[in-house]
Amino acid sequence: MTDIAQPAPAGPLPQAYRWLRANLFGTPLSAALTLLVLYALIRLVPPLFDWAIVKATWTAPNEQACAAKGGACWAFITTWYRFILFGRYPYAEQWRPAAVVLLLILLLLASCDRRLWGRALAVAWVAGVIAVFVLMGGGVLGLSPVDTDLWNGLPLALILAVGGLALSFPLALALALGRRSQLRGIRAFSVAYIEFFRGLPFITVLFMAAHMVPLFLPPGMTTALLWRIEVAFVLFLAAYLAEAVRGGLQAIPRGQYEAASSLGLGYWRQMRLIILPQALRIAIPPLVGTFIGAFKDTALVSFVGLFDLLQDVAVGTNDPGWRSSYVEGYAFVAAIYFVFCYAMSRYSRSLEARR
Amino acid sequence: MSNDNRNASGSSPMIELRHVDKWFGAFHVLKDVSLTVGRGEKVVVCGPSGSGKSTVIRCINRLEEHQKGQIFVEGIELTGDVRNIEAIRRDVGMVFQQFNLFPHLTVMENLTLAPIWVRHMPRREAEDLARHYLERVRIPEQANKYPGQLSGGQQQRVAIARSLCMRPQIMLFDEPTSALDPEMIKEVLDVMIGLAEEGMTMVCVTHEMGFAQRVADQMVFMDRGEIVETAPPAEFFAAPKSERTRLFLSQILRG
Repeated sequence: MTDIAQPAPAGPLPQAYRWLRANLFGTPLSAALTLLVLYALIRLVPPLFDWAIVKATWTAPNEQACAAKGGACWAFITTWYRFILFGRYPYAEQWRPAAVVLLLILLLLASCDRRLWGRALAVAWVAGVIAVFVLMGGGVLGLSPVDTDLWNGLPLALILAVGGLALSFPLALALALGRRSQLRGIRAFSVAYIEFFRGLPFITVLFMAAHMVPLFLPPGMTTALLWRIEVAFVLFLAAYLAEAVRGGLQAIPRGQYEAASSLGLGYWRQMRLIILPQALRIAIPPLVGTFIGAFKDTALVSFVGLFDLLQDVAVGTNDPGWRSSYVEGYAFVAAIYFVFCYAMSRYSRSLEARR
Repeated sequence: MSNDNRNASGSSPMIELRHVDKWFGAFHVLKDVSLTVGRGEKVVVCGPSGSGKSTVIRCINRLEEHQKGQIFVEGIELTGDVRNIEAIRRDVGMVFQQFNLFPHLTVMENLTLAPIWVRHMPRREAEDLARHYLERVRIPEQANKYPGQLSGGQQQRVAIARSLCMRPQIMLFDEPTSALDPEMIKEVLDVMIGLAEEGMTMVCVTHEMGFAQRVADQMVFMDRGEIVETAPPAEFFAAPKSERTRLFLSQILRG
């Protein structure tokens, strides 16, 4: 059979056939890959479905009781979900971190809508941040005080991520502009900063913040572990975001700077009104990639003693009744991370598509 | 008429270049360039590519720095002083070969940006001004479009209107029609002729000799970084003094 255009056959069946031929069996290699993937799916999906749904147990006093059906023991999640989500936060007060999570998600969703960008949203964010502190920390308005060590699980991840992004982004802009500055000292500092942090694994920065910084600070000067980790996160993330922004800046033609200059706009107004709006649009894909990576990196804080979602699962599976339920626990946490990361990814695509 | 003006008011030129030299690295791009432009005067600069003609006008609003000599614009010397430079740029409009409109802003926003942020004009007033100049360049109906939706000729007219919204005393044109399709050149030149007739001080780098003959008070011919010849257009075209000018004119007027 040749590939030369043939009269288009009518009807849905030939059409489906042509689609298959074009997309899945276009070349011998793609045909082989299609068959391979098909084989893998047939081998994997039914057993997985069996395990996760058909043979799953949804309520049980412990995992031994799940063993009878042989599938997933989701009873671990239904029993432990509050600990996984909120960790050691006092049980009776867990409506507070729940409210914080809800509040942050609502603010993030509102911020996705360009029509809402403005003064009102900025005020809402300021109020929201205050509310997060009041709700989590307590000590005012009749709320019992709760130490930051007990801010665990999902609210911890969100506070680290949202706070980290919000604080590191301005720093990243300054570094990106500094790296392209005419002023030698500023440029040298920016380059040194960016290369320094990009040269370190995040986990070392976390260990420095957790264990080294208190040694160098006079006693009583050091802050709670959570805030040291947050600062480390901000400093580290800023270097990566700065590089993403720089990529956008480099894509702006010189004529844009010249036109802005010739109209009498000074450096800061050129940047704010002409250059950055265009550069950031171009930088959206790498920026969101960095954001997503950063959100997932919040999981690393479990290594320096903060109780994030993963650590909470580990605590749950320490219980003699649930020793081998970590698969279900990590699947649950993975699902939470996936929802947030996929949402970010989708949003970035809609931003790119907008003209 | 403006010829007389120039001769009479030699006391306060709008633009004055005194023995300006400039190098790009080792390349001597401007060699002892001196030029005086009086109020309301129209100067057309021509010459082969690489002759330094664009560099000259880019020095006038200091998109390029000169290394030797002096440049005065409205009596203010261009030095490293940023405030002087910004003050001069507010009063000197520039139109580029590649238009350089801001692609992320609508036509209206392109026009009102500088009046609002540099002149601190209220938005409403800036928009009235913008509409006025869009009428002038004959595209009022395009106000809410983005530059990418316009033809080259329309974009260049928007660029001219954008400069005019700053109410400049001087307009610089850097090969404003070179990037345009032939059928769009006239609409841009017509706008420039209109400006010239209203008495705007203009320095134009262009190869449009018809335009030059019509509006120029002074023709400047540059070659290899030097001003070879300066003359009123009648004289310049009829009896060029320099052999190089004659050669250039014969090449450019043949087509």
